[in-house]
Amino acid sequence: MTSVKTIVYDGLWKNNQALVALLGLCPLMAVTATAINGLALGIATTFVLILTNAVVALIRNHLKSEVRIPMFVLIIASVVTVIELLMNAYLHELYRVLGIFVALIVTNCTVIGRAEAFASKRSVHHSILDGLFIGLGFTIVLLLLGAFREALGYGTIFRQAELMFGEAASHMVITLADDFDGFLLAILPPGAFMGLAVLIAAKKAIDTRIHHRQRTIKVPNVQRVTDSNAPDML
Amino acid sequence: MANPARSILHVGFLLAFSALAGTGVMAITHYHTKDRIEENKRQVLIRGLTSVLPNVKYDNDLIEDRITVGGPDKPGANKSLSIYRARYQGEPVAAVVTTIAPDGYSGPIRILVGIQYNGVISGVRVVEHRETPGLGDAIEAERSGWVFSFDGRSRQNTSPPQWQVKKDGGVFDQFTGATITPRAVVKAVHNSLQYFEMHREELFAVMENAGTADNQQKKSAAASDEMHAETKQQVK
Repeated sequence: MTSVKTIVYDGLWKNNQALVALLGLCPLMAVTATAINGLALGIATTFVLILTNAVVALIRNHLKSEVRIPMFVLIIASVVTVIELLMNAYLHELYRVLGIFVALIVTNCTVIGRAEAFASKRSVHHSILDGLFIGLGFTIVLLLLGAFREALGYGTIFRQAELMFGEAASHMVITLADDFDGFLLAILPPGAFMGLAVLIAAKKAIDTRIHHRQRTIKVPNVQRVTDSNAPDML
Repeated sequence: MANPARSILHVGFLLAFSALAGTGVMAITHYHTKDRIEENKRQVLIRGLTSVLPNVKYDNDLIEDRITVGGPDKPGANKSLSIYRARYQGEPVAAVVTTIAPDGYSGPIRILVGIQYNGVISGVRVVEHRETPGLGDAIEAERSGWVFSFDGRSRQNTSPPQWQVKKDGGVFDQFTGATITPRAVVKAVHNSLQYFEMHREELFAVMENAGTADNQQKKSAAASDEMHAETKQQVK
């Protein structure tokens, strides 16, 4: 039995789709020029994940293994189209900002990956939880990467927040440096790769540090290695 | 073991059923959202039209006062293009030309060009494009001040060779890493302006009583009627 705790830990950290599985990198790189764009696409993806996971888990006993992949694709495409239409109708401004990337959630491998690896084998409520936390993990990375690139590229965080939260949110913009020319590389595609690399490295460093600490506690007579980047400790 | 033919049939039905169910859900959503999406598009259009006429005083309904023009010399890549006319107490004051730059870096760029009656540009906005995020998308008013460099330009104060990006010897900035995009926009705006100047009188004359036997005007009047029927449908 999968515990809720494992689902949360896997989704947010251990099996984070963007940092560990390295899935869904196309939208991840493309929209994270600003924090708000990243956040918005992350939330849209989370909704898609929850819905597709729920539908796949619901019909999991009727799936035929030969055609399960085309069926997943059908389900995902339908869900994404429905979400796209709803966003176009009720969150029009945001829809206009994200443009083609809402439709491109279809091609996010995370969605089909979770349908295949998790939802087709588990109960509906576990699948919904999995969709939620995998989505949240993805959203956090999008938001962090967006904020990182925006801070370097524009010198702000949460610019254009009004597109997502309405006019009242325009004061949300945090200006880090006035009169900042911007580091163009950060908002160009190469900046996305570098930013993601920094995030992955940071996650690895934290993991290694935790691992060391646990080893140190278990085997107290082993001298503690201070260099947290030493890979041979694994 | 199940008979293979039956198993194939089963799988086929399963797929067909999924496709049907998926399409059904999409069709229902489409049916329930299409009016709202239309209305959203209308609102965006109104906002767009207003934004390219910032200092123009007018009292008519822009969306209603629209004509469609065709003909070989019209600017833009679309077959026909809409022109919205602004009037103040019946007198023409400005027009908004909706044009399409066909030669963007990744596909056509839809542009609104607001032109005052005297041929001076009051504002330009890019309403739809697929240019590279972070590079070509600086043509959007939300991302950079570039489109405002058209404000106040006319064919009088800017000569034809100046209607180009700086790299080609003109007066408009290009972007670092993106020259094709601004080049396409500058060209499209210039073409619209030229068209407006050449046809200004006819463009505004259409609404008036088509008493003159001018062929051109009759044609335009017919186009205008057609347009109005279409607009009403949209409003409904």
